[in-house]
Amino acid sequence: MTGTPLLDIDGLSLSFRTRTGTVKALEAVTLSLAKGETLGVVGESGSGKSVLSFAVMGISDPAATVTAGRVLFEGQDLLTASSKDLNALRGAEMAMIFQNPRVALNPIRPVGRQIEDVLLRHAGLTRAEARERAVEMLRRVRIPDPQRRANAYPFEMSGGMCQRVMIALALACSPKLLIADEPTTGLDVTTQAAIMDLVDDLAKETQMATILITHDLGLAAQHCDRIAVMHAGHVVEVAPTAELFAAPRHPYTARLIATTPRPGVTLDALEPIPGMLPDLRGTLPPCRYAARCGRREPVCDGGALAAHLAAPAHSVLCARPL
Amino acid sequence: MASSVPRMVGRRLLAALPSIVAVVVVTFLLTRALPGDPAAFFAGPAATPEAVEAIRHSLGLDRPLPVQFASYVAGLARGDFGTSLTTGQPVGAEILQRLPASVELTLAGLVLALLIAVPLGVAAATRPGSWIDHGARVVSTAGVSLPVFFTGLLATYVFYYLLGWAPAPMGRLDLFATAPPTVTGFYLIDSLLARDLEAFRSAFAQLVLPALTLGLFAVAPIARMTRASMLGVLSSDFIRTARASGLSSGKVLFAYALRNALLPVVTTMGMVFSFLLGANVLVEKVFAWPGIGSYAIESLIASDYAPVQGFILTMAILYVLLNLLIDVLYGLIDPRVRIDA
Repeated sequence: MTGTPLLDIDGLSLSFRTRTGTVKALEAVTLSLAKGETLGVVGESGSGKSVLSFAVMGISDPAATVTAGRVLFEGQDLLTASSKDLNALRGAEMAMIFQNPRVALNPIRPVGRQIEDVLLRHAGLTRAEARERAVEMLRRVRIPDPQRRANAYPFEMSGGMCQRVMIALALACSPKLLIADEPTTGLDVTTQAAIMDLVDDLAKETQMATILITHDLGLAAQHCDRIAVMHAGHVVEVAPTAELFAAPRHPYTARLIATTPRPGVTLDALEPIPGMLPDLRGTLPPCRYAARCGRREPVCDGGALAAHLAAPAHSVLCARPL
Repeated sequence: MASSVPRMVGRRLLAALPSIVAVVVVTFLLTRALPGDPAAFFAGPAATPEAVEAIRHSLGLDRPLPVQFASYVAGLARGDFGTSLTTGQPVGAEILQRLPASVELTLAGLVLALLIAVPLGVAAATRPGSWIDHGARVVSTAGVSLPVFFTGLLATYVFYYLLGWAPAPMGRLDLFATAPPTVTGFYLIDSLLARDLEAFRSAFAQLVLPALTLGLFAVAPIARMTRASMLGVLSSDFIRTARASGLSSGKVLFAYALRNALLPVVTTMGMVFSFLLGANVLVEKVFAWPGIGSYAIESLIASDYAPVQGFILTMAILYVLLNLLIDVLYGLIDPRVRIDA
């Protein structure tokens, strides 16, 4: 990484008020992203990946409260920004694509119109120009016959096509940051690959930084420069992709890699990670993985835990790293 | 796609035929089963049994039921709804003449209800649990729990008797105004067509209280439906996408959320409209509104079969047409239903 990071998440803690108590969904999350870089955020369901991305975009559930930390986008703190400033950034400078593309689009508005809406909001175009740009975007995401498809409704398209529309919508204003939240979940494998290649290509073309949120370590390995591993609201390890796979330092990362299917390993040989994510309500131990960890020692239950560098550009949150 | 709407309309009308037939049969039997004897009623209290019999015979009421039914149906087939005994006029003509008054009142009530209920529902949904949410709940619960004849009387008492803001509840126009030439039968529209502002003002003033009374009754279901539907839509994924795209909150709320949330509201409107047609009967009575509701009540009291049957049949046909209209409307808003049509 060189120069100031594009996105700098610093000590972000976030909790949800629920009827049964406060859920500490994120704790002291620290991550940064350089311009044009691709960062993977991996972890089990419920580890806080999506919560993190929603917090960055400022579209958290109303029950969520940020209790500590900053999120700097090009030096501007998104958490204290006015909703007007935030609205000017969203869709223009930073954009997001979601899982379940079919429900992530307005069901009763033609897809072209939805892209136009974003362009009209941010790009200062006339209706006719926006229309033209929307069709052009649909062409760029390789939708056949974009002129006609612009008038189609989401229900008239396949899931893969809808995700292409989502990408066109997100990239319409050439944002500097794209957050892709499980963009290929629910799509078949060939479509998955096509969608990911598309995101990769467009990101390279426009020097766009990407955060890829996924539970699929293999997918992250293929597409990301660096990977951050999340567990129960903690970022437990961040490292360049090759290094993370070659020498994981956090026991959870090691287990996660061991559960990832790869050539030459039969399904039976894959070892599931024992235990479950801890209940995030009430008081939690300093290491939220300790109860599932085979390397637990008294020191793990000791004082507060802080991430430290195990190697240059390789941080780990563990009292007894591998 | 364009040709599918007439096809759907045709199919739906055909499908409604059995219900209309059932309505014809049931209303015929029900009116016959009602207590009260029209022959005795018309003969008057002083009539001899022979005179009553003679009237019964002249009305054809001494014939067996199937024969009476057959002649009723034969009349309907010719578009003849029978003749009212009370007024001596053909029922069809009387209903046609009075129907616009009822429809104008009901539509005005519905429009008022929508104008109150939809913003109320949206406000409640965007701030669930706030004072505006609770306030909307109180207003709509009160509106639906107070019977219309009571709210009608109360409104008349307050706005006419105490405050003097509203005109006397004496029908569609005040005594000194003349009715505009009939084009649509809706005084508000006809008076504007005739550029008769005086008549328009008078018709409008007369319409406000009964329409409000009727509308208040419809606020509750529409507001509750709007709130529930809006809450569901606001938490859906595509609203999150719209917010993540930085669209203005107005655009998100109205162009994205409300249009989707209105789909179930449109469906509810069909139901509400039919409630209103029923509630109309009482409101017309309270405000001396010359519509088909008060016509039906007067006929019912007189055991005058033909107008009652005509009224129920008209309501049934209105109801069928209305639901058809709602479905067509739904298809225009929601592209997904066009496919099944």
